[in-house]
Amino acid sequence: MKHLMLALLLGTTALPATAGEIWVTNEKDDTISVIDTDTLEVTRTIETGERPRGITFSKDYSVVYICASDSDTVQVMDPNTGEVLHNLPSGEDPEQFVLHPNDRHLYIANEDDAVTTVVDTETRQVIAQINVGIEPEGMAVSPDGAYAITTSETTNMAHWIDTESRKIVANTLVDARPRHAEFAAGGSELWVSAEIGGTVSIFDVESKAEKGKIKFEVKGVHPDRVQPVGFEFTEDEKTVFVALGPSNHVAVVNAETYEVEDYILVGRRVWHMDFNGDKSHLFTTNGVSGDVTVIDVAKRKPIKTIKVGRFPWGAAYRP
Amino acid sequence: MRRIFGALLAAVIAPATAYAQIDIPVIYLKQEQEQPPVLSNLDPIPEDRGLAGAQLGLSDNATTGGFMGHNYTLEIIDVPLDGDLQAAAQDALTRSPYIILDAPAASQLSVADLPEAQNAILFNGSAYDSDLRGDNCRANLLHTLPSNAMRADALMQFVLFKRWDDLVMVKGAHADDVTFADSLNASATKFGLKIDKTKDWIFDADMRRNAAQEVPLFTQELGDYDLLLLADELHDFGRYIAYNTWEPRPVAGSEGLVPVAWAPVVEQWGAAQLQSRFVDQSARDMTPRDYGAWAAMRAIGEAVTRTNSADPATLRDFILSDQFELAGFKGRPLSFRTWNGQLRQPIPLVTERALVAQAPLPGYLHQRTELDTLGIDEPESTCEAFK
Repeated sequence: MKHLMLALLLGTTALPATAGEIWVTNEKDDTISVIDTDTLEVTRTIETGERPRGITFSKDYSVVYICASDSDTVQVMDPNTGEVLHNLPSGEDPEQFVLHPNDRHLYIANEDDAVTTVVDTETRQVIAQINVGIEPEGMAVSPDGAYAITTSETTNMAHWIDTESRKIVANTLVDARPRHAEFAAGGSELWVSAEIGGTVSIFDVESKAEKGKIKFEVKGVHPDRVQPVGFEFTEDEKTVFVALGPSNHVAVVNAETYEVEDYILVGRRVWHMDFNGDKSHLFTTNGVSGDVTVIDVAKRKPIKTIKVGRFPWGAAYRP
Repeated sequence: MRRIFGALLAAVIAPATAYAQIDIPVIYLKQEQEQPPVLSNLDPIPEDRGLAGAQLGLSDNATTGGFMGHNYTLEIIDVPLDGDLQAAAQDALTRSPYIILDAPAASQLSVADLPEAQNAILFNGSAYDSDLRGDNCRANLLHTLPSNAMRADALMQFVLFKRWDDLVMVKGAHADDVTFADSLNASATKFGLKIDKTKDWIFDADMRRNAAQEVPLFTQELGDYDLLLLADELHDFGRYIAYNTWEPRPVAGSEGLVPVAWAPVVEQWGAAQLQSRFVDQSARDMTPRDYGAWAAMRAIGEAVTRTNSADPATLRDFILSDQFELAGFKGRPLSFRTWNGQLRQPIPLVTERALVAQAPLPGYLHQRTELDTLGIDEPESTCEAFK
């Protein structure tokens, strides 16, 4: 049986180079569902530690990092075999993380501990722990690597961490329950979603002042239920897709004018997302319905729903 | 007795942006109350019920405050059974305009009516009485604990949703039982239902030994019904009713399926984090009154953070404005009703082991927010003080 599995695995990796995969963490199944971006089918289900949430690949895709929140560890996995190579010390309850452009330092939000932990993936040592607000979650790092951002859900702030000194150099207030952060416009803007506030705020990185705020309005859904969480930019950074949680919609936003151009109906409680290789398809994790919606990016239409595990949370692409 | 909790976290990181240095002292004023004896010895009332929630709220506030130069403190004043609450309140009001009250409704009114309290913001984190949000409302008294009317409406929405509309009730004799029973009756009327039969709990024997013999006969007289409502807010007899009824029917109200402000089984919407922070702090489960006091503390914190002010008039205006949003771990932002100062909030319907539903249930619509299908809505409000 084992040999057969291995043969199958080798078989999939031998597919043409265009074939990519979306890796989805299933928070309440302790597994990852691997979706083939061409066939749009689940090809593998891989066991992980307890309560997998944040997921990201190393630059060369040779390893995948997984926040196993309830195991209090970050797992380092060989994506070809699904074998856990080793665990990284992560601090308690790691929820979400970001890999520094140096491909070496992981900045991890420890949700239950009000701490951001910095781990060196080579020496496997914690190199810093930074006190942040309560329930840190959203993590981002600027393209030049100078800033790491942690957003804290109960403190309602974005904390700007200088990656040299590993100290907080600024705190900016955001709306209630910030969930996700991303740098944009070549690193000159920081975008932060606020779940309970129902907004996405845009900050000027230079001055750290708020320069815009996006509000959402989904027809037939009470504003209280429109709760922005994860978001992703298209390749040209002109468009951003924002998951709106229990409103079961993804908003399409013009990243230059900050105007909402469209809303796309997806599965229930849409959380995070990632694109396929050429960014023609977007894959959203829908926690409550336990599936992934595939969106045709050009047409802005959902084209398929893929059943995955219980409470899919994070999504990450690998070629 | 007085104790002061400093904001321990305040010194962690120096604020990088220039915010004004502000001190926000909050006082937790508790009137000790007579606890009537109950049949079971299983669930002692925690001594720090309510207070522990305020303490958690303090540390939540202190984290944000630490980044902004806002210094929160919590002072605890414990007035003994025969103590003078009004004098203690007068003394407290010389030090802070922010007071969280842990006292019965009548005592809260005696504090709210003090001349010294007229510009203060008092929070009711302990009394469910709908009257405090109605005829007896006060402009300086805000309510973070839901009213009995909100709890009863939550249950009645579920009753209608399940079509369990043939209702009967057993109610206790304590004043809290009576007011809860009144709210259940009023709410049944509101949703076009009727509680057909009501029996008073009159037993004075120890039910741990003979519930199995007595309760079937007692409930036989209720005839057939869909759901047995229990008004037993002291948790005296209600726990012995389930499974001992003549008809095989579920129970709800004070026992069975219970509408609450908070319960240990609430875990969605990030609530698991709040629960675990609370257990880490207090080594016990978080109760509804802990939630009420926590929400009061957080409401103050949220208002101070957003206004960068410690002036009570500024904070009150902000708290009652549509700018105010509290992330209360119930899946949607919480805000205050401008007509009676009640924090609008979802009401979980829980058993000991699970969240069964959360009101407002789907389908109960409202022109402003579905949360206003729970409790006293603006058109029916008899509160004058907020006009």
